[in-house]
Amino acid sequence: MTLSPSAGLSLKPEHYADALAAPADARWFEVHPENYLVDGGPRLAWLGAIRARHPLSLHSVSLSLAADEPPDAGRVARLARLVARFEPAIVSEHLAWSAWRGSYVPDLLPFPRTRAALDRIAANVSIVQDALGRTIAIENPSHYLPVPGHEQDEIAFLSELARRTGCRLLLDVNNVYVSARNLGFAAEAYVDAFPGDDVAEIHLAGHRADPSLGEGLLVDSHDAPVASAVWALYERLIARIGPRPTLVERDDALPGFATLDAERARAQAVLTRANARAPEPVT
Amino acid sequence: MGEGALAAFQDAFAQALLADDVSAEIANAPPEWAALVRHPAFAVYRNTVTRGLVDAIVANHPAVLHLVGDEWLRAAATVYARRHPPGDPSLLRYGDGFDRFLASFPPAADLRYLADVALLDRAWSDAHGARDDPVVDPATIAALAPERLAGATLVPHAAARWHWSDELPIHALWTRSRRGDADLGDLAWRGEGVLVTRPRDAVEWIAVGRAACAFLDACAHGRPLADAAAAASRADRNADLARLMAMLLDAGAFARLVVDAGR
Repeated sequence: MTLSPSAGLSLKPEHYADALAAPADARWFEVHPENYLVDGGPRLAWLGAIRARHPLSLHSVSLSLAADEPPDAGRVARLARLVARFEPAIVSEHLAWSAWRGSYVPDLLPFPRTRAALDRIAANVSIVQDALGRTIAIENPSHYLPVPGHEQDEIAFLSELARRTGCRLLLDVNNVYVSARNLGFAAEAYVDAFPGDDVAEIHLAGHRADPSLGEGLLVDSHDAPVASAVWALYERLIARIGPRPTLVERDDALPGFATLDAERARAQAVLTRANARAPEPVT
Repeated sequence: MGEGALAAFQDAFAQALLADDVSAEIANAPPEWAALVRHPAFAVYRNTVTRGLVDAIVANHPAVLHLVGDEWLRAAATVYARRHPPGDPSLLRYGDGFDRFLASFPPAADLRYLADVALLDRAWSDAHGARDDPVVDPATIAALAPERLAGATLVPHAAARWHWSDELPIHALWTRSRRGDADLGDLAWRGEGVLVTRPRDAVEWIAVGRAACAFLDACAHGRPLADAAAAASRADRNADLARLMAMLLDAGAFARLVVDAGR
């Protein structure tokens, strides 16, 4: 099943009943597979029921592709079983690491973008894609501090990763905004330079100022509505590359389903306008 | 960076993430990494990691939370998380051994029931995500001749968890804490047991006695029903075995009845 370039929502257990009842008009839902790595029970039953009505995306946070070691074979096998069971339209991960020498940390950690790192990550992406029998999309993470030792900028790094492994890219526009503010680069220039043909999915989310450091440090908190500056970047991106599946992400301070669905509708309106503008395909 | 530089970076970064004292961690680090860890924004990573793990402990232990409150549990969970980061990325069941941690955690020394409550919170999480086993129909037991029943084995359901406490009214204490009951004042302080099951789509639990727990232990070890019954009688010589088995079957404690074909 492929995903039409429509807008989707993060799915949380609090919203299972609402999600199941929502009209199926191109609405899709995204979950972290880590929350479904159980042997049975109501979580899997709910996901199965929702999947029977709506397309699904699995957005992994724990494959740790940028660790200097192969991804844990058991973890990859469990993801493969979930993919086989739920047949998601998209599977994605981050350009980051989150597990190291047997310990897992719930964060997406930075690393120096060196040639050696690119070799390692390309090998890791290929291991996962081979195990799943499909391509995955890799997301640009949020950055908080300058990491020493970069040999390539992020866009060049991601482009080469896509070229070498055949993977797709997931462009998180909020992450671009947060990183640009924290590291001092122009978010518009990043969005304008991102290779549009490789973009399989777009993420939109909320952020907030760090409680101790203030506006000088934005945190990708996923606990607030999408900021207006991020909406502006998103519209700029869609105007350039055309409509793509777009997720409104929310992980914390969860509002009611209707409130989130209204944010999703705003993204859908951007996509619908872009579709109307798109030229007729040449036959 | 040369060969192995990424691994060295990750060793240093991972250590500083969960260190109690970051400045001690960077005393001997190369200057560029010391600068990275000393950067004010490094705290974002430390906070995100700790909060993610602590949130998981709090979410997975609602009865403990009810008894000790958010501030106490978060402080205890922070100590636990730094000592025991998860090996498994599924945080739905993070906290394996949190009960044993609490049992030897000095600030919990006066809360002698806390470890047992944590153990049952964990049992609930295990049951919630356990394999979707079938449940033995009591009629299949009733239909079996007594001599064949004695040699048969009952295989516990994947979701079944049980715990006996010699000293604590653990069923009442845990049930009231799970419900958020403010009044724990009139508990009768004597031993109790709990059986947690998930026969259908929801986790359920009942109070069980010492004999039922001994019976279930024997079944879990693959012992035939004659041995399980003997173990139950040893645990409580007044146990009514027929009622005990009916209760366990009704609760959905068993997934399969295996009758030895040779008997």
